[in-house]
Amino acid sequence: MTDGDVFLLLGVGLAVLGTVRLVLTGDHLRRVVALNVAGSGVLMVLVAVAYRSNPEEPDSVLHALVLTGIVITVSVTGLALAMVRRVERDEQDRQASHE
Amino acid sequence: MTPGEVPVQNDLVPLVMLLASLTPAVLIFFLREEQVRLRTVLNLGGALAKVGLVIWLVPPVVGGTRLEWRSTLVPGIDLVLRAEPLSLFFAGLSAVLWLVTTVFAIGYFEQAPHRSRFFGFFSLCVTASTGIALSGNWVTFLIFYELLTLATYPLVAHRQTPEALAGARTYLAYTLTGGVVLLLGVAWLTSLVGPVEFTDGGVEEVARLAQEQPVVATLVFGTILTGLAVKAALVPLHGWLPKAMVAPAPVSALLHAVAVVKAGVFGIVRLVHHTYGPEVAQALGVLLPLMLLACVTIVYGSVRALRQDSIKGRLAYSTVSQVAYVTLGVSMVSVLATTGGVVHIVHQGLMKITLFFCAGLFAEVLSLHKVSELPGVGRRMPLTSAAFTVAALGMIGLPPMAGFVSKWQLGLGSIEAGQSWVVVVLVLSSLLNAAYFLPVVYALWLRTPEEGVQWHVEQRRERPAVEAPKALLLPAVVTAVLALAAGLLAAAPYAPLDMARFIAELSYG
Amino acid sequence: MSDLLAALVLVPLGAAVVTALLPARAAGRVGLVVALALGAGSVLLALEVGSSGVLEAALGDWSIPLGIGLRADGLSALMVLLTGVVGAFVSVYASGSAAARGGALFWPVWLVLWAGLNAVYLAADLFNTYVALELVGLGAVGLVALGGPAALAAALRYLFVAVLGSLAYLLGVGLVYAETATLDIATAGQRLEGGVVMVTALSLMTVGMALKTALFPLHAWLPPAHSGAPAAVSPLLSALVVKASFYVVVRLWFGLPGADGAMAVATLVGVLGAVGVVWAAVVALRQTHLKRMVAYSTVAQVGYLFLLLPLAVPGLAAPAGAAEADAARLAWSGVAALVVAHGLAKSAMFMSAGTLARAHGSDRLDDLHGAVTRMPAVAMTFALSGVCLAGLPPTLAFVGKWQLVQAALAAGQWWWVPVLLVGGLLTFAYTAAGLRAMFDEPQRADELVELRPVARRMVVAPLVLAVLAVALGLRSVELLALVEVGSVLGSLP
Repeated sequence: MTDGDVFLLLGVGLAVLGTVRLVLTGDHLRRVVALNVAGSGVLMVLVAVAYRSNPEEPDSVLHALVLTGIVITVSVTGLALAMVRRVERDEQDRQASHE
Repeated sequence: MTPGEVPVQNDLVPLVMLLASLTPAVLIFFLREEQVRLRTVLNLGGALAKVGLVIWLVPPVVGGTRLEWRSTLVPGIDLVLRAEPLSLFFAGLSAVLWLVTTVFAIGYFEQAPHRSRFFGFFSLCVTASTGIALSGNWVTFLIFYELLTLATYPLVAHRQTPEALAGARTYLAYTLTGGVVLLLGVAWLTSLVGPVEFTDGGVEEVARLAQEQPVVATLVFGTILTGLAVKAALVPLHGWLPKAMVAPAPVSALLHAVAVVKAGVFGIVRLVHHTYGPEVAQALGVLLPLMLLACVTIVYGSVRALRQDSIKGRLAYSTVSQVAYVTLGVSMVSVLATTGGVVHIVHQGLMKITLFFCAGLFAEVLSLHKVSELPGVGRRMPLTSAAFTVAALGMIGLPPMAGFVSKWQLGLGSIEAGQSWVVVVLVLSSLLNAAYFLPVVYALWLRTPEEGVQWHVEQRRERPAVEAPKALLLPAVVTAVLALAAGLLAAAPYAPLDMARFIAELSYG
Repeated sequence: MSDLLAALVLVPLGAAVVTALLPARAAGRVGLVVALALGAGSVLLALEVGSSGVLEAALGDWSIPLGIGLRADGLSALMVLLTGVVGAFVSVYASGSAAARGGALFWPVWLVLWAGLNAVYLAADLFNTYVALELVGLGAVGLVALGGPAALAAALRYLFVAVLGSLAYLLGVGLVYAETATLDIATAGQRLEGGVVMVTALSLMTVGMALKTALFPLHAWLPPAHSGAPAAVSPLLSALVVKASFYVVVRLWFGLPGADGAMAVATLVGVLGAVGVVWAAVVALRQTHLKRMVAYSTVAQVGYLFLLLPLAVPGLAAPAGAAEADAARLAWSGVAALVVAHGLAKSAMFMSAGTLARAHGSDRLDDLHGAVTRMPAVAMTFALSGVCLAGLPPTLAFVGKWQLVQAALAAGQWWWVPVLLVGGLLTFAYTAAGLRAMFDEPQRADELVELRPVARRMVVAPLVLAVLAVALGLRSVELLALVEVGSVLGSLP
């Protein structure tokens, strides 16, 4: 098994782990983290694919994709965190008004 | 006659006929409630224009001209509107009855709320029945058939009471399901032989299908027939008709005389005579079951009508029975029988609409809804009672009424077709007709009002000079006279019988 | 004309920035003007593609794959057209009430979403599609969040779903690139025969997109998000946003190699669609709130679209003239008609539901009594759009269903026919349930809720779309011809 294979499997594993956690947990913050784990896994797969095609001179197109992917993941995470904060504040307010 | 011999002209006239009712429908929706005059002008203008168009078209079409308008619906399938004998026959009935019913409805809904909605859908409903008449192929027919269902729903539900909504819901459940079955049948047929255009005496491709795959052809026939049988109210698919009686009187009149049930039987004529062709259908063995179904419906409807005390209920079951005559006529391989069936489309329409107008008059003027409340009404409302009597005697089939002409043709036709047992059904049915109509006629004229009966007269209907508002009375008298004339002048050229014979002869080549 | 392609993506993006900076009133005016211009631009694109065929353009000087390539064939043009027309009408509707927009952020977020939608339809390669999809996802989530505290949880859930779907898609893109060394769909399609890797990639991307399109059973996120959103947002989500991910599915299956080797997947997708048609319609029937009913209706209607795969995929490898090839073309045009019909009718229906809710202060069916007489034009809009969704003649959806029924019969896959027919009946059943509530009139006028006034354009805009959905049923040959421009399946006879 080459390094490329290891990274490929690792990436797939991370993606699966993140997805499973995302589906199973109800906690908003954990979901955001799980989404990031899954995202990193997918990006790692792309990097591994680029590496396996030519370990000496990895494909630059895929690297460009990964960079774009990272930017998108960061912005999504930002939006998600902002929304989680508001949702949780609303939930706390509701609980407070119940008590 | 094969289609090749008939000169077909591309022409806008069929489309114009459709627009004669569609345009008022669309415009009326935008009118305010109090714009009575404009609404009346639109309604009557459209109705008169259409009657005029039909009268104008009859001589050239009988002379052999065919007018056609086409537009591509999807690649390979056209929307076809065609003026040919049968389509004009039905469109003519629809045009004339629409005109009189519009007058009746204007009187009926005087000062009632939601008139723009009513007359908008009313015109849409007539648009649909005109479209059904003019359809040149099954897809076009299907489109207008479904449009008819949708346009009549708000009319049946018009009163917005829980009963009206429940009745309308039953109506919709039956007819939409029927529509879906029809869609299935038409789609199936189209996928087998391509788009089927109605042709006198049947379509060649369908005949070939019947020869090569008789089982499939039979199944397709059965599917399309089932879809049509719902609206035609053939037993056991007639359940919606009595429930739809909650509709206002003009709606019931139109539903029973020309719009809904007639769309069903008209489709059956198209199916047997202009798609499969009588000989092919006979060879497939689908006509005998159809004939039996019609006979069962004729007897069943009459028996049920006997037991109804509500006037409208009795008329509703009578419709179930009478409309099946058309099916009976077209399911026998005989020019005479087919003539009888086709002519009954018009005859039953004229008689039944008269009866419903009269029922509406009794209900509106004296608040009478039951047969048992009618004794002596002939003295108070002689013209209405006379109109009712003419139509009722016609339904029974006394000579020289229109109903007699239909039944006579059917009887002769059944002998010609070698099905003389049908005569027994016709006699039995006439006896039953007499049994449920004669007591009404007897009560109207010869019985005295029961002791202490106070006829309730609505304030707004009180018109000492005449027995009822003219807008209500006139249509009833006019249709009664027309029904009488259709019987007396049956032998005249361009009379319904003459036209029906012409159509039947075309079908048998 | 290549400027037009770029403009359709860049103009809404630029306008989004402008409207974000302007004060609310001015932003509203700019937003509406831009929306109308985009509507006109998309009509122009459809005319251009219809007359002179496929258009291509590259943004900036970079060449593909690093540059951004734009490409418009008939299907793209049709989708841009649908987005343009519906978008313009919903924008007019939105300009009628601040409450319907849900806040000042409506215009910038909606314009970002519009840019994203056009980018999805015009993107020539797989990666740009990914970026565009994210833009659509973020825009849609942002719009749902405008629905206030109640909608926020639904928006968050929608965000997770959207991103998860995109990640599945991205993984698929990686696999395709590893196999074909290209991201250009057209080039990838010529590059290779299908194989296990391609089938895996296709399946992954399909799952991702099915999640975003709310294909049964991946639909649970949709009803709360679409019904909780503000009145002017729900129509955008239901009519347009779910179509973007469906469009990507179509592009993948009919652009990449190997689709014909994944017939089992195609059939499975079709079966899920069929189950969704029936199941979601039954759930819709049981709803007590109008907007939720309409949202479930979207889940049901989306199911029809996925019947394209089992009906058309066998035609990809079939020789010309074979029954499968005919079926594929019929299904292709049928689904195109359904996509447009659903876009028009569902936006009209959601807008009319929004207007009713606004006037009655609630979208509970029991609160809508008497609407037929008090708001006849809105009730008529609801009825017309319901008739269209049910696929009854003479509407555009009838044309679509007719073509699909013919396709199913031609392909010998008759078992889809009952789904199409029963689905239509169920659709009409829930429309009728809504109408019945509006027809119901209490005996006393004081039992009715007092109506709040609504802007005229909130009545007229949906009515026009509903009438369009009906009228197009009588004349759709031009639309059906448009979708065949550049199609891999060829044209109908």
